[in-house]
Amino acid sequence: MAEALAASEKPLPIGSAGKHSGGWWGVMALIATEGSLFGYLLFSYFYLASQAEQHWPPEGLPRLLMPGINTALLLTSSVFVWASERCLRFGQPRLSLAAMAAASLLGAAFVAIQLGEWHSKPYGPSANLYGSLYFTITGFHLLHVVIGLVILALLLIWIALGYFDHRRHAAVTIGGLYWHFVDAVWLFVFSALYLFPYLG
Amino acid sequence: MKDAVETPSDRTLARIPEVGSAPIGSDAERHLSELWESAPGWRGWLSTVDHKEIGLRYLVTSFIFLLIGGGEALIMRVQLAGPDRHLLTPEQYNQLFTMHGITMIFLYALPVLSGFSNYLWPLMLGSRDMAFPRLNALSYWLFLFAGLFLYASFPLGEGPNSGWFNYVPLAGLEYNTGPNIDVYALGMVLLGISTTVGAVNFIVTLFRMRAPGMSIDKVPILVWGTLTASVANIFAVPSVSLAFFLLWLDRRNGTHFFDPLNDGKPMLWQHLFWMFGHPWVYVIVLPAMGIVSDALPTFCRRPLVGYAAVALSTMATMLLGFGVWIHHMFATGLPALAISFFGATSLAISIPSAVAVFAWIATIWLGRPVFQTPFLFFAGFVLLFVMGGLSGVMTAAVPLDLQLNDTYFVVAHLHYVLLGINVFPVVGGIYYWFPKFCGRMMNETLGKWSFWVLFIGFNLGFFPMHVAGLLGMPRRIYTYAPNMGWNSVNLVTSIGSFVFAAGILIFLSNIAFSLKRGALAPQNPWDAPTLEWAVPAPPPPYNFAVIPFIASRHPLWEDRLDTAEGRSNLQEGYLLMEGRETLGTTALDAVPDVILKMPDDTYAPFFLALFGSLGFAGLLLDWNRFTFLMTAAAGLSLAAWMWPRQKLVQRLPGVNGVTEAGRG
Amino acid sequence: MHDSGSEYRHCTAGGNAFFPLAFGSMPDTAMKAETEAAPLNYFLHSYGPASLPTMHLGWVFTAVVMIVLLIIALLLAGALFRKRTPAAAQAIGRENEGMRWIYIGTGLSTAALFALAVYMLITLNQVAQPAQPPALTVTVTAYDWWWKIEYDDDDPARRVVTANEIHIPVGRPVLVKLQSADVIHAFWAPLLAGKTQMIPGLLNRQWLQADAEGIYRGQCVQYCGLQHAHMGFEIVAQRPEAFRAWQDAQRKAAAPASEPNAAAGQKFFIEQCAGCHSVRGTDAAGKHAPDLTHLNSRRMLAAGLLTNTPEHRIEWTTRVQDLKPGARMPAFALTPGETAALSAFLSTLD
Repeated sequence: MAEALAASEKPLPIGSAGKHSGGWWGVMALIATEGSLFGYLLFSYFYLASQAEQHWPPEGLPRLLMPGINTALLLTSSVFVWASERCLRFGQPRLSLAAMAAASLLGAAFVAIQLGEWHSKPYGPSANLYGSLYFTITGFHLLHVVIGLVILALLLIWIALGYFDHRRHAAVTIGGLYWHFVDAVWLFVFSALYLFPYLG
Repeated sequence: MKDAVETPSDRTLARIPEVGSAPIGSDAERHLSELWESAPGWRGWLSTVDHKEIGLRYLVTSFIFLLIGGGEALIMRVQLAGPDRHLLTPEQYNQLFTMHGITMIFLYALPVLSGFSNYLWPLMLGSRDMAFPRLNALSYWLFLFAGLFLYASFPLGEGPNSGWFNYVPLAGLEYNTGPNIDVYALGMVLLGISTTVGAVNFIVTLFRMRAPGMSIDKVPILVWGTLTASVANIFAVPSVSLAFFLLWLDRRNGTHFFDPLNDGKPMLWQHLFWMFGHPWVYVIVLPAMGIVSDALPTFCRRPLVGYAAVALSTMATMLLGFGVWIHHMFATGLPALAISFFGATSLAISIPSAVAVFAWIATIWLGRPVFQTPFLFFAGFVLLFVMGGLSGVMTAAVPLDLQLNDTYFVVAHLHYVLLGINVFPVVGGIYYWFPKFCGRMMNETLGKWSFWVLFIGFNLGFFPMHVAGLLGMPRRIYTYAPNMGWNSVNLVTSIGSFVFAAGILIFLSNIAFSLKRGALAPQNPWDAPTLEWAVPAPPPPYNFAVIPFIASRHPLWEDRLDTAEGRSNLQEGYLLMEGRETLGTTALDAVPDVILKMPDDTYAPFFLALFGSLGFAGLLLDWNRFTFLMTAAAGLSLAAWMWPRQKLVQRLPGVNGVTEAGRG
Repeated sequence: MHDSGSEYRHCTAGGNAFFPLAFGSMPDTAMKAETEAAPLNYFLHSYGPASLPTMHLGWVFTAVVMIVLLIIALLLAGALFRKRTPAAAQAIGRENEGMRWIYIGTGLSTAALFALAVYMLITLNQVAQPAQPPALTVTVTAYDWWWKIEYDDDDPARRVVTANEIHIPVGRPVLVKLQSADVIHAFWAPLLAGKTQMIPGLLNRQWLQADAEGIYRGQCVQYCGLQHAHMGFEIVAQRPEAFRAWQDAQRKAAAPASEPNAAAGQKFFIEQCAGCHSVRGTDAAGKHAPDLTHLNSRRMLAAGLLTNTPEHRIEWTTRVQDLKPGARMPAFALTPGETAALSAFLSTLD
């Protein structure tokens, strides 16, 4: 108790102060549960792929160029989100705004390219088992990217409205964390769907 | 972040919290009441985020589901009381046993424990609310709507009918063309969201919201139980949500995940379901075991024996619980090597349970038991726990399980687990905390009657099921021939189930009677040691007028316990009354860390849950535009909810669109 | 029991006091007296090496479990009611005592569990594989809600197809291949072996062996929809020569129906029933329902629901949806003439 009282003699931050905020912890837990969701998706993919009797994937090995570029776009957008948060921290809200805008554009480009990839597939989700897996897994991921984009757009608005400075910008930290997660998960999805077939 | 703490430029961003006292009736206390009270009438009812209100709603709602599920069971027991009875058609019977399982396992067993934990956690931890009060409200509303959703088609004779574990292809479109399974699939995804957000809330609450000084080794075992269950939920629920979602895709969108004609694997369903299903079993018993570990010592007039061992065994059980799902699948033709590993693990999982059992018995042995009603339930629970655990040991033995599995032996086992380890502690817990919930004592005479009738009815009803299983009676048969040797055991089971139901009726009449006529409860009627008994009964809306300082596991027994630990201070503490505020502390040592701004009451959770659930209804009915509209509405509710607020100091105070550009 | 019963009485005539044999050799009218016979009681009865070690395992586990329960109950009773020295009403026990209970209790439990685990693994090893290679392979395919039984042979002419009744030679291990035509079912003849699921898209295997002649009841134990309750089968264990005689009889096609009434019944059958049922030797070649070529050699109808008598055969045909609601077979409204003809035809299917 004595130490508890002693601690109280320091001023304590109030409200949503970065990693002190409940939201940061909440999103960490959200990431844990969403991460396991993708884990189960990929488990299903490998479970079914390992027992499939036909070629995997049935249409031949996937081409890597566009998905590779797309992966680079998504990772770059993560860098911009990181930069946006750093800029706020160092008192550069205009730069932060610009970085967030760049991140959002890159994210949107990812969605556009991924939709193009979908369009170019000769099969749909109901054509065969691989199609079901491919569209469901990339669809789950795309949904997360779209939600992430909505979050980035909100952050963009909030930064533009001048809600944040170097002392209060928990929303950017937390939203950014979610975006990094969406990007990191893509690496696993990409490896499973595009690289793994080359091992066989 | 650090610099913001070190160089506070503004009192709204950082301050030294004031220490003082706020006795009932003082100006400070009245101010707190005003701050934390919900609005009267339906506005407050729909918008409240008070954990006590939400906790009680969870308790009442899940108890109503318990009664519905119990009614379903009684109808089935009439059908099975004798051979070749035709009260029910096979389809009616199948829907009844499926809904009975769904109701008890998903709509009663966890929600009722969430109710206890929601109500009790902040009170036990010395906080003014949960970490995310609005998320808490969302979790409840989603639970309620998911429950209604799951029951939507049952009155129309189109309820889920493939058993609660819903194996494909029986649950696939080819063999089940109606809406039955779609209701189950979408309802479970919806319920999964509720469970997940609830679990996130518990986890963050534990790590952030404990009173200063309440280091992680001083929290009550119920908190350990719910924490462990919540962590498990975070990792396990996605599995079942995904399984049900994939099933829905298979059924309504032509995918092939479980379709054996197109390389899909029905076994994938079993894996995904039981990877969730087995941890879930521990999710719905560990918090109930926590209730006993916390409340039993009160009546033994001594602390729990082996606190650390019991806390660790709670977590060990869960950890092992993730490695035993195959024991539901011993009969699926997996290689003998694999199933022998899972069989051995399933035996090993009894070891942490043994720790808890001996801790409870030692606590009673070394204590001086007071035979009040809650204690009867907790002591009875110990015996039922052992019986459920021992029949579990039998089913863990692989070759034996190849006989026992899917017979009534397993039905008996799971009811000893679910009723013995969940319902008995829950009913005992209600007797124990009723004075705190409602400010009145429950009647002791009726209480003792209810215990004995429940205990005898339970064993009369469920013990013979073991015998039925050993005589080869399969689960889930709607009737049986007279020459199978199952007639007498079934008759006894049916009689026992009605005796048990009578016990529940006595319990309910006790509640009804005590709500009106019960003796007024003092603050700490049982002379219990934990923090929730340090607030008035029922607790004021702000819980603690001052955030107390905690020095031991038994703040209310300190002067009588001969320990070297310091003394807790419950009268003086942090006042924190500039708006709805409470204290955030560090994760392990509970050193004050941040002054948390707590949200006001809001309709956002209600509307988010409503629009979300309507969106699922749209999916069910294939109203695509409606679904899109509801999703957009839910998105807007969420954006409104998340919009950074000055009042919560989520954004800079005092700016209105003008940036403070160039400051740095 | 009609003439089909004679073979049964024959094959179990040398039976001993074990009840499944008694069950098989008993005349129909006496079966009601068997109400409490419990033909699936695997806890007390085992008739082969695929289930005997399991039964002993069950006894040992039950004994250990009962003893543990007794010990715990006594400890609990002692804890509740033991005499205590009086103490002040407000006194609270000390916190850090009693750990010995946990150490000793958990230690003993762990030792017991370890011993049980070892015994369990030994038993698993004993029942996983037969001691000698199987003498016979039977493929069982589960349908909603009956069993198709196939005896494989390299010569297609020597293959045998039947339903709901598996004949095996006594004292020989039999490999049972298990598959499903629709949903998941589970094959379980508990007096002979544990259960195995039958999963669409998978071919599962199990083995069993009967060391005593007789009739052993089996049952689907994986919930499979409306008539899960009525999905039984029987395993008939016979002396090897009787088994070979049975197989030879089953390989034959049905004899032509010469008697006029039977011939009319056959015509009716081909028109009404052949879409699903087959009778080898006639034009009936349906694949969705039990093969009826040697219907009368079977003891039961409708996957163990009814005894196989002429009356029951007609009752089944006309009232199937009352007897087994949801069964895939529709009920037929027969005129008296059709009834007589069909009955006569079915009676020729020996």
